[in-house]
Amino acid sequence: MSTATPATTPSAKKNLGYKTFAIGKFGFERDEYFAHIHYPGGVQTMPVDAFLRALMRDVGWGFFYGTVNFDHVIGTINHYGTVELFAGLLNEAYRSKNLHYVETFDSKDLKKVFEQMLDDWTNEGFDPYAAPDETGNAYGPKRGNNTKALKRERIVSARMVGLPGDLPYRTDAAGQFINRQFTDVPQDSPEVHAEPGFEGEVHAFNMFAYASRSDVTWNPSVVSNVKDSQICATTEEYILPIFHGNDRVEWFIQVCDEITWEVADGKTGNPRAKVTMKAGDVAAMPADIRHKGYSPKRSILIVWENNDSTLPKRYSGGELKPYPVEF
Amino acid sequence: MTAAQTVFGSLKHFEKGHVDVIDDNPKHYVLSNVFEVASKSKPYEKVAVGQNLRYVIEAIRAEGTSPWYTASHDESALIMDGTVEIHLIKPEKALVPDSKEGTVKLDSEPKGKKMGWIKAWRGHMALLPKGAAYQFRSAAPAVLLLQTIKGDHTIERWADICQTE
Ligand SMILES: [Fe+2]
Repeated sequence: MSTATPATTPSAKKNLGYKTFAIGKFGFERDEYFAHIHYPGGVQTMPVDAFLRALMRDVGWGFFYGTVNFDHVIGTINHYGTVELFAGLLNEAYRSKNLHYVETFDSKDLKKVFEQMLDDWTNEGFDPYAAPDETGNAYGPKRGNNTKALKRERIVSARMVGLPGDLPYRTDAAGQFINRQFTDVPQDSPEVHAEPGFEGEVHAFNMFAYASRSDVTWNPSVVSNVKDSQICATTEEYILPIFHGNDRVEWFIQVCDEITWEVADGKTGNPRAKVTMKAGDVAAMPADIRHKGYSPKRSILIVWENNDSTLPKRYSGGELKPYPVEF
Repeated sequence: MTAAQTVFGSLKHFEKGHVDVIDDNPKHYVLSNVFEVASKSKPYEKVAVGQNLRYVIEAIRAEGTSPWYTASHDESALIMDGTVEIHLIKPEKALVPDSKEGTVKLDSEPKGKKMGWIKAWRGHMALLPKGAAYQFRSAAPAVLLLQTIKGDHTIERWADICQTE
C-alpha cells in the first residue's frame, strides 16, 4: 500500500469519524454525502450510497465476471487472481484525452481494502444490498456499523439447491422471510415420490419461493448446474448499482414483473440499446456491452451464466463473436 | 401497505417486451418470450430460447405424454406454467456414452428400476439426473424450461421467435 495521500476535500477535513483508505496510487475518502476516489490525474466523486452499493456487489461477488463499473469513470476488471482498478479506462472521452489511470492488484489485496472500507463507511441501519425503500440512509457522520449485513456473499450451488450437502432452502426458521413485495408468490412444494434408494436423485423444489425469500437485491446466486451452465436466481428492485460489463455473453430470463435494461458499449460507454423485459422474456447481453437494470417492482430474474474460464480470452481475442446466435 | 401484485406470464396471458435500438442490431439481444414460443410449438418440441456456446435453454410445450429421454449429464426442468409429472427410471445399463451431450430421445420405455416421480407446477424446478431416463406427462398444455446442452433434438428457429428489427 502506498502513502499517496489524497488531496483532501473540504468536508472530509472535518472529523466525521471515517477512515481514509489507499491502495497503490488510489486513495479513498468519504464525507457526509460523497465518496471521493483519488487517482493520479484526478478525483472522482460519487454519492456515498451509490458507491457503497457498488462496492458491496464488487466485494460480495469477488469482482464478478468481467467489468464492474461503479459509474462512468471508476471500476474494476476481473482477471481471476488479479484485478484492475481503473479511472476513465472505459470512457471514450477520458481515453481520447489520455486521462485514464489503471493499476493491477492481487485480487485478495484489493478485496481486503474494499472490505475494510465498506465496513468502516457503512453506517448503522444502512444495508447496501437492500432496496432503498427497505433500508435507512447512508449519509452523515459515522454512526455505528452494519457488519453483519455486509457478510452476505453470492452463494453457489454445486448441483441444485436442496440436494443433500448442497445449498439449503430458505425458511422462516433461518430468518429468511418472504419479501414484502412477494407475499403473493405461492410457497407450495412439488410432490416428490422417490423410491427407496433414490431419495438423493429424485428431487425438485420451489425455485420461485426460494427467490421470493432473498433478502438481497441484484445478487445472482447459482441454483442449478449443467457442467458450466449456471442458472442463477436473483431478485431485483430499484437500480442495479453497477454497470456490468461482462467478459462473455450473459442471458436473462425475466420470471415475473418487468425490468428495463440500459445497454451501452463496453469500451466507450456510448448508448447502444434499451431492452424492456416482461414475464417470460428471454434475452442475451452480448459480450461487448455494459448493462444496468431498472426494476420498478421487486422482480425475479434468472441470470444464466457460462462459467467456462477460457471464455474471456476467446471473446477478447476475437475467436468468438460478441453475440451468441447468428440468424 | 398495498398488497403485492406479482405478475407472472402464462400460455393464456403474456406480454412480450422489446428492444429499442439506439446504435445496435436488435438481433444481438435474441429477445423472445417463452410463452409465445410454447404457444406456437407442437407438444414436446425442444425450442432453443437461449444458447451460450454449447449450452442451451429450451422452451418446451408439455402436453400429453412425452417420449422417454435421457442424457449423459444433469439437466434441469423449470415449470413456467401448468402442471407436469416427471417419471424417472434408472436404466439397467448406461444408455448414452459420457461423450454424447444433449437430450437423447429413446425409442421406448427403457428396462430398469423405477426411481420415482415428481408432480411439479409453476415455479418448481426438478433435477433430471445424469444417466436417468425420464418422461413428462401433462394433462393440459404446460410450459417448461429445460437447462441442457444442445443436442440432436434441439430446434433452432431464432428468426421466427426473436425480435429482428
Ligand atoms: Fe450482468
